[in-house]
Amino acid sequence: MTILEVKNLSMQFGGLIAVNDVSFAVNEGDIHGLIGPNGAGKSTTFKVIAGFLVPTGGDIIFRNESIRGRKPHRIAKRGVVRTFQETTLFQELTVFENVLIGVHKEAKTDVFSALLGLDRSRQIRASNTANEVIEFIGLSERKDQLAVELPLGYQRVLAVAVALASKPNLLLMDEPFAGMNPEETRHMMGLTRMVRESGVTIVLVEHNMKAVMGLCDRLTVLNFGTVLDDGTPEQVRNNPDVIQAYLGGG
Amino acid sequence: MRTRGYKSALLIAGLLVGLVILPHFLKYHHQDFLIFLTINVLVVVSYRLVTLTGEWSLIHAVMMGVGAYASAILSKNYDLSFWLTLPLAGVAAGTMAALLSYPLFRMTQFYFLIGSFATGEAIRLCWIQFIQPFGGTGGISAIPSPELLDIDFLEPIPYFYLVLIIVCVCVFLLYRIEKSRIGLTLHAVHWKGVLAESVGVNTWNYRALAFITGSLFVGIAGALKVHYIGTVAPKQFDIGFMVFILIWVIVGGYRTFYGAILGAVVLSVLDELLRGVDQLRPAIYGATLIFFILYLSGGLEKLPQNLKDILRSRQQGDI
Repeated sequence: MTILEVKNLSMQFGGLIAVNDVSFAVNEGDIHGLIGPNGAGKSTTFKVIAGFLVPTGGDIIFRNESIRGRKPHRIAKRGVVRTFQETTLFQELTVFENVLIGVHKEAKTDVFSALLGLDRSRQIRASNTANEVIEFIGLSERKDQLAVELPLGYQRVLAVAVALASKPNLLLMDEPFAGMNPEETRHMMGLTRMVRESGVTIVLVEHNMKAVMGLCDRLTVLNFGTVLDDGTPEQVRNNPDVIQAYLGGG
Repeated sequence: MRTRGYKSALLIAGLLVGLVILPHFLKYHHQDFLIFLTINVLVVVSYRLVTLTGEWSLIHAVMMGVGAYASAILSKNYDLSFWLTLPLAGVAAGTMAALLSYPLFRMTQFYFLIGSFATGEAIRLCWIQFIQPFGGTGGISAIPSPELLDIDFLEPIPYFYLVLIIVCVCVFLLYRIEKSRIGLTLHAVHWKGVLAESVGVNTWNYRALAFITGSLFVGIAGALKVHYIGTVAPKQFDIGFMVFILIWVIVGGYRTFYGAILGAVVLSVLDELLRGVDQLRPAIYGATLIFFILYLSGGLEKLPQNLKDILRSRQQGDI
């Protein structure tokens, strides 16, 4: 079943066309890779899906409803949550507090409830959710450490935990393996599979071909803002156009 | 953790007892000073809530004025009791803030700073231009003082107790808000707004919420002030006063809840102590400010920690 459908998406910045008539569909429960050489429009496509940019053309359908041009927080509420390319975390807060911020939908409160303590049971539930996510992702032992004290690999894991805490249906991961050593990459790959097993569909933008080929069920290859190929890793790997785009030439 | 909570509870209790006894040992004009200082504590603490989202507005003093004018007009022209106009002052300032949220929060950072200043000046000019009902530059005078049993609230000591109770309640409420889920979300909006948005936080709402709540409480502070002095004028809430609020918060420190209070108290007391040497007063005040900023860049709030560190290194030296 299709969970996300990108239809004829275009994104133009002044005279520059970053994304040109891109269409692809993501199946529910898949790990879907969005790959392509530098400047192919992957990150822009990502930002548009998550609502950080309003597309100049086309549509984005999530679970049969258009989310085109909606604000990021609205899209997040519907269950489409992104992680960031660079490590975006609350460095000055503990691991637990970081994840707790992610549990926004459950913990949201108003001034009166907060003052009168009427939201206590909701806050306890939110803490429980945060603890569950931390346990799931394997950060229990570092729960009270400050984010800034974590090694880079763990910071990335924590960033995924923050996103998971908001209970997404679709997780958009922006270069989750960038700058990781092989050990950390292996760990992150295992984690990504685990997240999928828990019922979250994943779309990821990534440069690390080994990770992408080993992880993804389906790939969409972008080049110069258009779709070059779409299929299983096997099909894509053997497409001469894709090889040419990566090795240069055209 | 528990012993720490116990200790700070003891500290606060001691402080309150001290404040209850204090006015009886002061001269008349020092009692006045104590009232204004207590009100200013509420001003800086409410401002702190606004700054938690990272936006430093320049309209806080004017919001205090909105509350002050609302209370003055309601009690003088409509004969409403102080006990009613006091909360209404908060509602008026809060409502004004809610309306202003729409234009103001389209801006961020410097633009927000300038935008909030310009909006504040526009409101202040309205008070000057619309003589009905604001009274022009002279403002409104003969504002009635509160009435309760036979207590004479024209006297500083009873009024001080009134102010102390209301300010303590308000400061406690603001503390609760900051320590609640809302405080955590405000922190998130400030430091990583994009990340907050991506997990579903409506950042606009939270910035507006902080602004409205902060304005509500400073509106109450404004009403407290003018019902004591008996007059309200545009001059009381000009950019000069706003700069003082900024200085108190910055010198006191904005990382902890008590930093702003510390800044307001220490600098106001200093200013008051210099009353004897009037010609030197601005110079000494300015020099002290520069000293604080150069040598205590973390704010006065870091002073206890620094002293502790010095003591500890001393002790180790002795051994």
